[in-house]
Amino acid sequence: MNEGLILALLLSTASAATPLMLAALGELVTERSGVLNLGVEGMMLVGAVAAFATMSHSGSPLLAFGVAMLSGCALSLLFGVLTLHLMTNQVATGLALTLFGVGLAAFVGQPYVGGVVKGVEPFLFGLDPVTLLAFVLCGSLWWFLNRSRAGLLLRAVGEKPAVADAIGYPVRRIRYLAVLFGGAMAGLGGAFLSLVNTPMWVEGMTAGRGWIALALVVFATWRPERVLLGAWLFGGMTVLQFHAQALGLAIPSEFLSMLPYLATIAVLVLICRNPRTILLNQPLSLGKSYHPDR
Amino acid sequence: MNAPPPVARLSLRGISKRYPSVIANDAIDLDIAPGEIHAVLGENGAGKSTLMKIIYGVTRPDAGEIVWEGRKVAISSPSMARELGIGMVFQHFSLFETLTVAENIALSIDRPQAGLHDEIRAVSTRYGLPLDPARLVHSLSVGERQRVEIVRCLLQKPRLLIMDEPTSVLTPQAVQQLFATLRRLAGEGCSILYISHKLDEIRELCERATVLRGGRVSGEADPRLESNDSLARMMIGGELPACSLAPQAAGELRLALDGLSLASDDPFGTALHNVSLAVHGGEIVGIAGISGNGQQELLAALSGEKKLARADGLLLRGVAAGKLGPGARRALGLGLGFVPEERLGRGAVPEMSLADNALLTGATRAGLLKGPWIQRGKVREFAREVIARFKVKTPDEDALAQSLSGGNLQKFIIGREVMLAPEVMVVAQPTWGVDVGAAMLIRNALIEMRNRGVAVLVISEELDELFMICDRIAVLADGRLSPAIATAHASVELIGRWMSGDFSEKDSHVPA
Amino acid sequence: MFQLETRPVPSASMRLLSPLIAALLMLASGFVLFTLLGQPALKAFYVFFVQPLTTLYGVGEWLLKATPLLLCALGLLIAYRANVWNIGAEGQLVMGAIAGGGVALAFPDVSGSWLLPAMLLAGVAGGMAWAALPALLRTRFHTNEILVSLMLVYVAALGLRFLVNGPWRDPEGFNFPQSRMFHEAAILPLLHPEMRVTLAGVLALVLVGLIWLFLSKSWLGFRLTVAGQAPAAARYAGFGEKRNVWIAMLISGGFAGLAGVAEVAGPLGQLQPSVSPGYGFAAIIVAFVGRLNPLGALLASLLMSLLYLGGETAQMELGLPAAITGLFQGLLLFYLLAADLFIHYRVRRSVRAPVAVLKEATR
Repeated sequence: MNEGLILALLLSTASAATPLMLAALGELVTERSGVLNLGVEGMMLVGAVAAFATMSHSGSPLLAFGVAMLSGCALSLLFGVLTLHLMTNQVATGLALTLFGVGLAAFVGQPYVGGVVKGVEPFLFGLDPVTLLAFVLCGSLWWFLNRSRAGLLLRAVGEKPAVADAIGYPVRRIRYLAVLFGGAMAGLGGAFLSLVNTPMWVEGMTAGRGWIALALVVFATWRPERVLLGAWLFGGMTVLQFHAQALGLAIPSEFLSMLPYLATIAVLVLICRNPRTILLNQPLSLGKSYHPDR
Repeated sequence: MNAPPPVARLSLRGISKRYPSVIANDAIDLDIAPGEIHAVLGENGAGKSTLMKIIYGVTRPDAGEIVWEGRKVAISSPSMARELGIGMVFQHFSLFETLTVAENIALSIDRPQAGLHDEIRAVSTRYGLPLDPARLVHSLSVGERQRVEIVRCLLQKPRLLIMDEPTSVLTPQAVQQLFATLRRLAGEGCSILYISHKLDEIRELCERATVLRGGRVSGEADPRLESNDSLARMMIGGELPACSLAPQAAGELRLALDGLSLASDDPFGTALHNVSLAVHGGEIVGIAGISGNGQQELLAALSGEKKLARADGLLLRGVAAGKLGPGARRALGLGLGFVPEERLGRGAVPEMSLADNALLTGATRAGLLKGPWIQRGKVREFAREVIARFKVKTPDEDALAQSLSGGNLQKFIIGREVMLAPEVMVVAQPTWGVDVGAAMLIRNALIEMRNRGVAVLVISEELDELFMICDRIAVLADGRLSPAIATAHASVELIGRWMSGDFSEKDSHVPA
Repeated sequence: MFQLETRPVPSASMRLLSPLIAALLMLASGFVLFTLLGQPALKAFYVFFVQPLTTLYGVGEWLLKATPLLLCALGLLIAYRANVWNIGAEGQLVMGAIAGGGVALAFPDVSGSWLLPAMLLAGVAGGMAWAALPALLRTRFHTNEILVSLMLVYVAALGLRFLVNGPWRDPEGFNFPQSRMFHEAAILPLLHPEMRVTLAGVLALVLVGLIWLFLSKSWLGFRLTVAGQAPAAARYAGFGEKRNVWIAMLISGGFAGLAGVAEVAGPLGQLQPSVSPGYGFAAIIVAFVGRLNPLGALLASLLMSLLYLGGETAQMELGLPAAITGLFQGLLLFYLLAADLFIHYRVRRSVRAPVAVLKEATR
């Protein structure tokens, strides 16, 4: 293989990894606050369609990414109101958010099926700005969680909300912020798919990436630096799938397409095999509602 | 003692708080002077904890006023309470296990961590509460965690310190150290609100006492001038009931653990080391010790919720039962009855009726099934019997478990297990959070079982209780079990020393 | 100010009312949505919710689409009661279709009456096998069944695509990615010549009764419910957790597999790249809106089926995007979850009542 091919492989891996990384980092922050949002897939889809629609009307990528983040936020706000204020079951509400997001995206996106927009151009070392942003985000989150006081507070709220409340911290407000951040990142990840990866809108185009992002958070044992590793692993797998046929491997394309899903399962088995790994790393209050009864 | 200064540190006037099913506080008045150690005394459910949460700004009162150093205040949050100079040490600690001591403290005192380590060391040495700021909280013992809570309060130089049942996590010797610290603090002018239901402690430590009963103030006194009986009358409105244990020869070996070592499923739990135990028919064996020393793990191993590596690690009536699950251990041949310490969610399903909860463990032993089908009529009948025999206060057997008070639900659960006529009965914290009347009924039920020849094992934090109902007592400390000593030969000092992990028998040599 | 207050005991009447409230709120949202889309709301309403049922054929379609929804939901409600989150019913449905369809394709010349039962059994087995994977991984390796069962949906869909593109493609099908049409003996009988609903609809109704019996009268059903409501109590009582997971997964997988084979042996009559418009996912909503109760699921499946039909009619008659169905379905679940709040909480005015009043109130 020549250097050019290696570089091309690396670049395509990066762009396959970026949407996963963004969504997983967002979900990681949400989960660190003790909230499990299974609606990532729905938020990504809505982000994707919002970005594509904005782009085809305005032609401004900046605006498109912004609108995608806002629509991700809007969906996660809905999730927040239900789970944090109305104390609904987080698993059921997250599922509902995904089902709703899939429906909403299909509904809004109907007129845009088959449309084309101009993709976002690379800007540094052949990388686009959002991919670079994902790296910066990963580093900043590491610092935020391990070194900053606000990060300490986030971890505390995710471990024992009742105690954080008793000490006097606004548990609900902190959780809202974490949920909104998760929504914005999922929206951005979705926008990346419809603007950078494949500049077009197809119904259900996330193809389970939101769920893979959820699995990545578990794989990363809730640490941002490991999300980077996981996302690149999966990015590499996707690229392999595209290049396998070019390399002359006689495997039906359907089986190659199964790879990321099977790999997700394999990775989960690997990390969950020892239950202590999860118990020691998972935010203690993950998925549990907290209602301050005053 | 000096004459009380004109301005009280804190005055409560007519504080009331209502919850959907209960009035927790009803027009409560209370005054505490600077430097005073003031007891708030009452049995479980009297409203002590609610009152403290109101003072600390965790809960808001429905009515009444709070006057702090002569100024009327509305304490809307714990951080506001801290700003005023109020600190609180919670009964169930408000600490984050996965954070370090310093991180925990930094979170509550609104100060950066820089320099905090030195401050923590300074304060903890000064008050005799040694602590390592860099350690993770989950690696600390329960007593050490309490120190973290106290040091956290002291760093803010409080003028009122609230201690909620602080001694339940301490050995008798450590209680004395705590009292010394508290007296020193009071000497420096800090007022202390000391919440407890233990009469001896209050008479030893406190200068004044406000007694609560059923959410109201039922009396005020100088506890140093009162007797246990006179305080108890104020607390429960009658004499402290007693129960008696007639001497009786123990029967055959019913339950035996042989050198059990077991890792905990809980990453923050305590592993068991080489635990051996023998309980015979017709005796009650008590296991003392502070929660968190392996009680959870021992209970799970006995009940079958956690299976053992060796089948013969546990013998039930001579049968190797270590690899059996809870259902098999409960079955006719082995006859294990078991009452866990968590009532809602483990001993009973909160959102199910009492009838369904009777079915939970009674299905086969009480003959409530016919093939794969449930016989609803028999289930109801069985539930009604439990309710009647154990005086469970409930409208009927259709009431949900969660609608019962703690004491009533405990009577139901213990009643259910007793009615299944077990050969071996294991009970954890039988009277934890239960009012005095229900506690006596429960203790007498256990004694009656023992008199009928059942082997009874009681795990409890309450030393008084164990001394009252046990034939023999052992101590669980850091996952190790002491020898079991005849209660008649045990002293509080000896058990206290055993609780700190020193199992030598300096002042007694009775074979276990 | 209003405040939420925990009810001492969950409200039984709210438990029944909240699905109705949710359905009404969804209809209200529909009204707003139609207006926003520039449609005369009343007419759109008629087209969406009434017109599909004005013909016998339409009623048949209604029951036809309700059948797979009901079948999947019957299994899922047992799993959810046991707190086992199988969200991969769509994948199990596809595997049921593949297994049952495989039997039909393997015996093209058989006209015996055993063929259909064999196909149905194969479908059930296929769904069970696909659900057994997440059960195995959860009980052996503690993996989360939500993620695993969902990943397997994609794998199953790709597997079906591979089969109809490759080995099972109809040689006389002009290269379309689909199997041969099944022969007569491999097709479920119709209930009425003018309707497309098959015998599977009756089967689903019978199963509603069986599941109701199972949940309300059987010891096993009781144990699954305990495991879902209070896992620690289930452990304490000795209801093995692994066994519960296996039972919940296998039952829900089997039902989904049955739904899958009933689709290919019914209205489709062959294997196609897609055998379901997301019945397995919509059934999650059916199970919840039906209060995890078999009779409730029956009603909910009829409502959800109507949404599918309404979406199609609205597309033809009004030119509205058919995707509006998914939107309605999602909204329905959201409203239900929100309305459920009042089962456990009630609204209280947070005024500071005078103590005298308090004393009065409690006497």
